[in-house]
Amino acid sequence: MPLSAQPPVSGESYALFASLDNARHLSSLLRAVHFQDHATCFATANGLRVTVEDAKCIQANAFIQAEIFQEFSVQEQSVTFRINLSVLLDCLTIFGTSSLPGTLTALRMCYRGYGYPLMLFLEEGGVVTVCKINTQEPEELLDFDFCSTKVVNKIILQSEGLREAFAELDMTSEVLQITMSPDKPYFRLSTFGNAGSAHLDYPRDSDLMEAFHCNQTQTNRYKISLLKPSTKALAISCKVSIRTDAQGFLSLQYMIRNEDGQICFVEYYCCPDEDITEAEL
Amino acid sequence: LSRIGDELYLEPTESGLSLRAVNSSRSAFASFLFAPLFFQLYEPGNPPQSFRCKVLMKSFLGVFRSLPSLERTVGKCLILLKPRATRLVLQLHCKHGVTKTHNLAFQDCERLQAVFDTRSCASTLCAPARVLAEAVVHFPQTLAEVTLGAGPGDKISLRNYVEDEAEPRKTMVTELWLAEDEFQTVAVAPGSRVTFCLKEFRGLLSFAEASNLPLTIHYDVPGRPVIFTLDDTVLEVHLVLATLSDPESNSQLPTANGVSHLPAPSNDFADDLESYMVAIETEGGSGVPPSPTFPLRTPRPAESDPEEGEEEEEGAVPGTPPHKKFRSLFFGSVLTPEGLSPAPTQEVLAEDSDGD
Repeated sequence: MPLSAQPPVSGESYALFASLDNARHLSSLLRAVHFQDHATCFATANGLRVTVEDAKCIQANAFIQAEIFQEFSVQEQSVTFRINLSVLLDCLTIFGTSSLPGTLTALRMCYRGYGYPLMLFLEEGGVVTVCKINTQEPEELLDFDFCSTKVVNKIILQSEGLREAFAELDMTSEVLQITMSPDKPYFRLSTFGNAGSAHLDYPRDSDLMEAFHCNQTQTNRYKISLLKPSTKALAISCKVSIRTDAQGFLSLQYMIRNEDGQICFVEYYCCPDEDITEAEL
Repeated sequence: LSRIGDELYLEPTESGLSLRAVNSSRSAFASFLFAPLFFQLYEPGNPPQSFRCKVLMKSFLGVFRSLPSLERTVGKCLILLKPRATRLVLQLHCKHGVTKTHNLAFQDCERLQAVFDTRSCASTLCAPARVLAEAVVHFPQTLAEVTLGAGPGDKISLRNYVEDEAEPRKTMVTELWLAEDEFQTVAVAPGSRVTFCLKEFRGLLSFAEASNLPLTIHYDVPGRPVIFTLDDTVLEVHLVLATLSDPESNSQLPTANGVSHLPAPSNDFADDLESYMVAIETEGGSGVPPSPTFPLRTPRPAESDPEEGEEEEEGAVPGTPPHKKFRSLFFGSVLTPEGLSPAPTQEVLAEDSDGD
């Protein structure tokens, strides 16, 4: 079937139709959750949510609300499909990833519905690229059921304080241990690697701390390999909220400001590590 | 220190904190002694029990992984070892009240000390690190050993060391001469030279350059270690390297000819050429190739040298490799390498003074 070089106009019956003047608004967010090849896209009138999961223990979501797009329409209540995220990112960045000022890649995204591929029309400097990516059956996603009433401890930190710490985490450690407490050490990240243990302490009165609501002392361990990809989201965010519930499930929410100053969110949910042994202090 | 060995030895003493390393073949030893004044607070322990430990270099360096970010964010570093503790504690106090605590595993160890004495060295040189760094830059990164020597005309030479077995056609020899006035101190035995490993020396040189300290070199005869020192009010650094020894005990250079090796380029061209030619003929070397710096004009034995060509005019003959015979003249009586590794034969460079 010959691909028409003319991008379609809205009005034709697409299950999902979106257009975006700067494709980077989408690609940078998707990169922050790209730790697996496949992702599930879920679109409603409110916007687009892209979910990536691994090992039934970790889930990352990127939210791009409808207001970010220049045009955004969803025909039914919601549209869901599974897609190869690596391919999607390659297409979105097909004109290159360097962010030179003035060179914007415009995007038009169309999805006719179940069984149809996702069509992308990308344009930069008069050159148009058309991409057609096959979609798949959406898979069942984990529901971490993290609502504000179940949160035991919550901290909001400025991302700049955590960025280097996460980038330099001792990867010879299998776990990242997170301690949150109303008493000292307040907020502590610990690793237990080949060289020995390392602890990173953030006092509650640090000027990096935007909010500190800890009711109970909690120490939880998470597999470091699962959390390491969240460093990508941390790198582009300005603030991060760290929350744990009674079972030790972790929620990391990153507030990201894009080039036009608009706010988007990425969140990571993680299960605590099952083999809990006495923490080495 | 990480250029020398894989383990870092720590020893707090009354005179400061000593950090040392030795390489696996025990042919290189370095120590950095930080005087108490270097620290904001220095408590070596009460009663001053002599405590020593060693940690993996990699683990220790891991704490100070990113230098630029360290400079920006870290205010204070605390190193703490409690009695009966199982971990060495390094705590970095950073911006925004953040504290990074590293608990490193360590091993008890014996005292690491190389046996050396700068006063027993016959020759001493002192130069700003920059001068030596600029000189060393001319040698390839892969070069293992270099020879430092005192030449005629009060010049100091640096030359890459080539093994005897190496193919003369594939060998490139680089020789660099430094005038006496580049050095702050020159007190060398004439004609002396030593050969040592360049890799460990480069490590010290980059530290010296960064800290802008003059480097002092103490050396003696081939075989005895060469000692490099850096001195500051709060820091004392020693690097001791083994040197290649000369099995022929007469490291006396024949003075009759004035030279037994390629003379240094000097302003007095004719004199040097004269002595150069005398040296060649006395040793009976025939078929001498034109040296890259000395065009040959005087008549010589009839045997033609294949490399000589028709070069009669003055000027350098570029890229002519030394003829094999000439080369053995050059190397024969002066330096006979014992082997590839510069491990000292009889001398134990680093002795465990608490021999258990």
